[in-house]
Amino acid sequence: MANIAQATREASATPFQRGIKEALYAGAISFGLFFLFIGLRTDQNIRNELILVPRWGLLAIVVGLVMLGRFVYVAYGQPFMARQKIVNVASGLLPDSVATRFFKLPYFIASLVVVGLLMVFAGSLDGIFGPALAGYMRFFRALAIIYALASVMFYFRAFIQAHFSALGIGVLVAYPIVVVVALTLISGSMAGGFQGSLKWVDNFGIQILIYVMLAWGLNIVVGLAGLLDLGYVAFYAVGAYAYALLATQLGWSFWILLPVAGIMAAFWGVMLGFPVLRLRGDYLAIVTLAFGEIIRLVLINWREVTNGAAGISGIPKVSFFGLISFNVSDPNYIAKVFGIAQSGAYYKIFLYYLILGLALLTAFVTIRLRRMPVGRAWEALREDEIACRSLGINTTTTKLTAFATGAMFGGFAGSFFAARQGFVSPESFVFLESAIILAIVVLGGMGSLVGIAVAAAVMIGGTEILREMEFLKAVFGSDFTPELYRMLLFGMAMVIVMLWKPRGFVGSREPTAFLHERKSVSSSFTKEGHG
Amino acid sequence: MTAGKSLLDIRGVETYYGNIRALNGVDVSVNEGEIVALIGANGAGKSTLMMTIFGTPRARRGTITFAGTDITDLPTHEIARMRIAQSPEGRRIFPRMTVMENLQMGASLDNLKFFDEDVEKVFTLFPRLKERIAQRGGTLSGGEQQMLSIGRALMARPKLLLLDEPSLGLAPLIVKQIFDAIRELNRTQGLTVFLVEQNAFGALKLATRGYVMVNGVVTMSGTGKDLLADPEVRAAYLEGGRH
Amino acid sequence: MQYFVQQMVNGLTLGSIYGLIAIGYTMVYGIIGMINFAHGDIFMLGAFVALIVFLTLTAMFYSVPVVVALLVMMVVAMLMTSLYNWTIEKVAYRPLRGSFRLAPLITAIGMSIALSNFVQVTQGPRNKPIPPMVSTVYNVGGISISLKQIIIVIVTVSLLALFWYLVNKTSLGRAQRACEQDRKMAALLGVDVDRTISITFIMGAALAAVAGTLFLMYYGVVAFSDGFVPGVKAFTAAVLGGIGSLPGAMLGGLLIGFIESMWSAYFSIDYKDVAAFSILAIVLIFLPSGILGRPEVEKV
Ligand SMILES: Nc1ncnc2c1ncn2[C@@H]1O[C@H](COP(=O)(O)OP(=O)(O)O)[C@@H](O)[C@H]1O
Ligand SMILES: [Mg+2]
Repeated sequence: MANIAQATREASATPFQRGIKEALYAGAISFGLFFLFIGLRTDQNIRNELILVPRWGLLAIVVGLVMLGRFVYVAYGQPFMARQKIVNVASGLLPDSVATRFFKLPYFIASLVVVGLLMVFAGSLDGIFGPALAGYMRFFRALAIIYALASVMFYFRAFIQAHFSALGIGVLVAYPIVVVVALTLISGSMAGGFQGSLKWVDNFGIQILIYVMLAWGLNIVVGLAGLLDLGYVAFYAVGAYAYALLATQLGWSFWILLPVAGIMAAFWGVMLGFPVLRLRGDYLAIVTLAFGEIIRLVLINWREVTNGAAGISGIPKVSFFGLISFNVSDPNYIAKVFGIAQSGAYYKIFLYYLILGLALLTAFVTIRLRRMPVGRAWEALREDEIACRSLGINTTTTKLTAFATGAMFGGFAGSFFAARQGFVSPESFVFLESAIILAIVVLGGMGSLVGIAVAAAVMIGGTEILREMEFLKAVFGSDFTPELYRMLLFGMAMVIVMLWKPRGFVGSREPTAFLHERKSVSSSFTKEGHG
Repeated sequence: MTAGKSLLDIRGVETYYGNIRALNGVDVSVNEGEIVALIGANGAGKSTLMMTIFGTPRARRGTITFAGTDITDLPTHEIARMRIAQSPEGRRIFPRMTVMENLQMGASLDNLKFFDEDVEKVFTLFPRLKERIAQRGGTLSGGEQQMLSIGRALMARPKLLLLDEPSLGLAPLIVKQIFDAIRELNRTQGLTVFLVEQNAFGALKLATRGYVMVNGVVTMSGTGKDLLADPEVRAAYLEGGRH
Repeated sequence: MQYFVQQMVNGLTLGSIYGLIAIGYTMVYGIIGMINFAHGDIFMLGAFVALIVFLTLTAMFYSVPVVVALLVMMVVAMLMTSLYNWTIEKVAYRPLRGSFRLAPLITAIGMSIALSNFVQVTQGPRNKPIPPMVSTVYNVGGISISLKQIIIVIVTVSLLALFWYLVNKTSLGRAQRACEQDRKMAALLGVDVDRTISITFIMGAALAAVAGTLFLMYYGVVAFSDGFVPGVKAFTAAVLGGIGSLPGAMLGGLLIGFIESMWSAYFSIDYKDVAAFSILAIVLIFLPSGILGRPEVEKV
């Protein structure tokens, strides 16, 4: 009864009062959590002994921010969201969505003006405002550009939704060209345009596309066949080392080694698949994790072949089918063939299109396989293994083909990775990579290619953007390295997105959880008692 | 038996599984000291009603009042602590606990001082359980599990006992034993019982009053005798189905 | 022979630490069927709390008796990690209960990444060494047994006894086992399921904190990334012993400890982790219910 009284009291408290209460509560907990870790810092003194450096100020700021955040959320955020769902009595309509209020024509024009002005004066910003303020300006400009693009997308959202795949591929194909042209216009020279595009094409373009491809490959195993694989990075490693070793030792070309690496990875996929066929769910996840770690540890310790933790360097570049080379010293170097200025950007752009092609190949194969008996068998397997067996589907071959296909694409991506870096070491194939790829698949909505691509862009692009936030140094002091926070934020984002949308960004598939729940309830009703 | 004041009052309750409605506005009341039977075909929603009383699944509409308190939105364990006990469908014995531990689970926490006394009572009611005191629940026979399930519910010293198909799958002799035990408890201790049965004949003979449920709604109610005599009830639930 | 017994002693020490961590995995898996992937990081967090407490003590007092220091470190570490695990369960796992099966595992992986990087960001990426706390070594018939090792075994055995009692003889333990076997029925009998699960997380975290403190005392160093490998090995131990079984977790921990020290001694240190992971794979494949576990009805 005390509880009811409490419930009514809770309901009668205003959001403001509840906000205060919740904020105090959150403050107490976060103080407890952070007291030792933020309040004190272990540091080494001159004699190399550990000492504690207090940071009470920082602790107070963090706890204060947590309280403020909680207060704003409970006092204003929650009531706001509740209001969004209440129909306006007079008009009978839901209130304007946040989005329509956020994207308005005047704002859009203002953002264009800001971008234009800041672009025009881009060169002289440092001179006028000093470097610190100029950093903010550039960040502000980036925000304005994002806002303007988002407005355009919002305006055309129906069209975009209808033609998402085609538009997406179009954007991806055009991306390096747009970047080079835009940067050429800004810097005023072709060479400057190419040089400036390096970062955009490499860090954002190629980096994201590698993860898109890996996630699409893993999607075959996890999203389609429902086999949870936490060691996918092992196949990536197999592909990378296959290319690295064979190319440096035998001097074979990328175009021969690409299928070889794929086949080797697929072979390992089958090798792993065989013993784990009987396992399901979590256990499968842990065995695959162990497998991934074993491969990495072998790479570290088998020094005669893999050169251990030092890795393999000097891996040859990819050529354009042997016709055009990207090595400056070769006679058929691209700049010599076309008679243009030397630049590293050509190779990056070429790699961009290469990985784009590989990724699209993965998508294409996935889509085709889905329509074929084996793809249907995968999805049937995911839904109900026992029913699968009773329908006469051979679950052994079904699982093995899923493992092998997924692994093959991992191998392709691996050999691309080796060619792009020119260097491989076991450090690139840690468990964290598997976790990131899996997170992308799940956040993308398991099975949805578009969702996965979006998730990869958000998660990888987001962490890459952090690298760019140099201006934050102005706020937090010069020893502040935003990059350090990348994985912290990544982990938190994984948790938050999962809580917010357990079915992923594009989780449209029917909730199997419900089926599952029902099944488990009925089975627990029937399994006990045999009288 | 004179009907006391209302103990459990269910008003207009609707319950859903996902988007599927299993209860469609159910009104049922149970008075103190009564044995009330709920009969209906398979899938009518009887077990759903029993579980809805405990808030799992939660009623989406309507109210459930117990001893004057609105319990519709209370957490399941708090409903249980108001001294409502259930022997649910499928018995749900903890399979890897001994008979004794299962009974201990039934005794609510503040009730431990009565524990020895209560265990003795259960054992007098079901002497079979005493012989198997250290056996694991999962290895008991169906009849023994049913006895244990009822015994476990009694350990809470309930004001209201819910029984979901206590006779399901049991030999007629054991069914009789169990029904006798229920009658005995009601007579000697004034225990209020709300009982779901497919064995309509036995249940209605035992009950003070009865309800008939069809597709998630109560279609008929009356005293046990009246319902037994009702031609519709006889046609649907009794003829040819007498155990 | 002496060498062999020496390795047994080392394995026993290592295995005790793995066993303490493994109990947390096993209890949580038992009650909500979830691999709490962040548990290894809870262990690391415990070691870090112990480190900070140790530094505080040495900074504040000129000299502290080792026993007192260890006790304080352990207790504070237990409290802190309990608070962490309690919060994590409440914020990150509870809302996903009843969601599809992978959801909590993914969240736990995210939590694991976040926790280790949180420590990296706040405490720095370097190894954190402390001066040796206990350095006495006894020589028993040519076998050297350090006081550290004795402390570890004694603490482990007494905690194990305590936990065995808690789980098997108290109403709290009964409630935990009831939730494990049939959560809905437990609620129907008046068990506060949420609270019971919270307590399970707290108990697991407390044991991991003790393991962390002992780890710090034994090796004298800890780093933010030290949660992962012991975590996976402890999970292996839990599975090896039969997940859901408390004595099983301890037994599994000891086995893993023995195998690891024997492998390092007789084969190759480099491949000791490969051995541990291979055992994990082999056990899961050929003996999925573990040594002391109950054969699991295959859940579909
Ligand atoms: N866990 C569940 N999920 C979905 N539907 C359910 C669940 N339990 C019961 N139902 C459905 O609700 C209806 C009523 O079931 P139930 O209450 O068990 O009937 P009864 O006990 O009268 O035989 C049935 O149609 C049944 O299929
Ligand atoms: Mg029923």
